[in-house]
Amino acid sequence: MTPAEIKEVILDILEDIAPDEDLSGLKEDVPLREQLELDSMDFLDIVMELRKRYRVQIPEDDYVELSTMQSTVKYLAPLMKDLQKA
Amino acid sequence: MSSYDTIIIGAGMSGLAAGIRLAYYDQRVCILERHTTIGGLNSFYRLGGRNFDVGLHAVTNFTPKGTRKGPLARLLRQLRFNWDDFSLSPQIGSTIAFPGVSLRFNNHFEFLRSEVERSFPAEKDNFQKLADTVVDYDDLNENVASRSARSIVGQIIKDPLLVDMLFCPLMYYGSARENDMDFAQFSIMFRSIFMEGFARPWAGVRLILKNLVRRFKQLGGELRLRAGVRRMEVEGGRVTRVVLDDGTQLAGDRVLSSAGWVETMRLCDGVHEVKSSAAGQLSFVESVSLLDAEPRELGCDQTIVFFNDSDKFHWQKPDELVDVRSGVICCPNNFDYAQPLDEGVVRITALANFDRWKNLPEADYQAAKAIWYKRMVESAVQFVADFRPRVVASDTFTPMTIKRFTGHENGAVYGTPEKRWAGTTHLKNLFICGTDQGFVGIIGSMFSGIAMANRHLLGMPEKTDPASASAAKRQTDH
Ligand SMILES: Cc1cc2nc3c(=O)[nH]c(=O)nc-3n(C[C@H](O)[C@H](O)[C@H](O)COP(=O)(O)OP(=O)(O)OC[C@H]3O[C@@H](n4cnc5c(N)ncnc54)[C@H](O)[C@@H]3O)c2cc1C
Repeated sequence: MTPAEIKEVILDILEDIAPDEDLSGLKEDVPLREQLELDSMDFLDIVMELRKRYRVQIPEDDYVELSTMQSTVKYLAPLMKDLQKA
Repeated sequence: MSSYDTIIIGAGMSGLAAGIRLAYYDQRVCILERHTTIGGLNSFYRLGGRNFDVGLHAVTNFTPKGTRKGPLARLLRQLRFNWDDFSLSPQIGSTIAFPGVSLRFNNHFEFLRSEVERSFPAEKDNFQKLADTVVDYDDLNENVASRSARSIVGQIIKDPLLVDMLFCPLMYYGSARENDMDFAQFSIMFRSIFMEGFARPWAGVRLILKNLVRRFKQLGGELRLRAGVRRMEVEGGRVTRVVLDDGTQLAGDRVLSSAGWVETMRLCDGVHEVKSSAAGQLSFVESVSLLDAEPRELGCDQTIVFFNDSDKFHWQKPDELVDVRSGVICCPNNFDYAQPLDEGVVRITALANFDRWKNLPEADYQAAKAIWYKRMVESAVQFVADFRPRVVASDTFTPMTIKRFTGHENGAVYGTPEKRWAGTTHLKNLFICGTDQGFVGIIGSMFSGIAMANRHLLGMPEKTDPASASAAKRQTDH
């Protein structure tokens, strides 16, 4: 998967978690927590969805990497580069 | 024998919400419900060709569409519903009515603030101080959280009448403890009622329940009605098997029970002597009057009136069958719907004594329902327009009804005063959610189901859920 595809994956997940949100204006470098008021329960859902959909395991210590869209994609790029987007 | 990743006992709000969470993450999950329908304490029924709700006065914690903070928004995200799915219409306005003084409130906290200022000018700053303390609830340290709300609020607000008036709605909508609440519960209720607010779906609670069930089933969850759990077999500190009333045996890796703490303990092999009194003592009689007019046209223009007609407000199990000195009057018509309800409805709730109702012979039971219906309405019309001439049908249910349809000991609507915030039991794979875990009400119990599912059944680490993690810590600390 390319970084652009990974971003799409994350957007898909966010769309599922927060169906009322308009994600078109999402900023790359502003924390998701701030932009969407996501709380820790929601972040766990992102982690769980990645595990469920792509079997990507993210250790708890790395959750901080999921702060912004940019940092998330950067963190996931090496983990997901050999995977096919579903 | 069927086997599941998780077996959930009870298809009330908490069990259904938990089921949805587990089904999202591909667990094989089965919800077992003893009753013939879903909903538990907040179910619905048909009588004489009409739809009745058992519980619903109002959904608390209402925040408008687009709000991202607060329990309602968090719950919608966790269950992945759109705000519109619950079709919530906000309240028109509510009142706390005591002898000689009343405070009105709506879904804008400013209004209550101005009302307090009008009726209790000397308490203006104190009320603000109370509001500030309540908002900071997540940061409360454990010592404050479990302390008596009466004592904390009494130190901030000087006028005992205002204290009683503020406690009245919060206790009616969520206190399992007689005459007091712990401060954490007080803060949760204060925010959910005064700072967030009331709303209701036009179609009543069935709309919310149908959404929950549909989602659960779409995700592959299994719901079994008329499937009461009779006992749980225990081996090596774990539940190994769940046995139903009809003898069917099911295996589950884990069990989550919303039946109540005492009720759940009674199901476990090897547990002896659980006192019914531990299940809580506070129950209600609820009367529903159907009118051939819109309540508003008769002068009943408030959404909910919390009333008390005596010097002090008493929140305790009454000596008599019903305590009509105080109560809640709800007009489900008085929400801001796009179209009016089919009929006028006035619901009245008052405290009741389970044992007294239980000990009545059958013939007296029916008569008592009629007598106390009359007395409750008589008491209520001290505070709302007299709607009696327009009543075309009525129904009354008692603590016995609540016990029969939900299994809750003593008909205790808010369960035990000793909440189990951690949700754990003496068995490694048995957990509890709902009323006795700690959160009550429609939104509260769903939240409880979600939090317990996340923490104990999805393997989510505790620290990811700050509110319940600190609550859990509180529980173990005292
Ligand atoms: C009269 C009344 C008015 C209310 N008004 C409001 C209101 O206006 N707003 C609000 O927010 N809340 C209100 N509530 C409170 C709210 O309904 C409850 O707090 C909430 O529904 C509790 O949900 P729960 O899942 O914790 O428990 P329950 O609804 O009690 O669910 C437990 C379920 O488990 C089932 N069960 C028990 N034992 C077994 C067994 N052995 N095997 C199988 N199944 C079993 C029961 O049948 C039940 O369906 C009201 C309650 C009442 C009674």
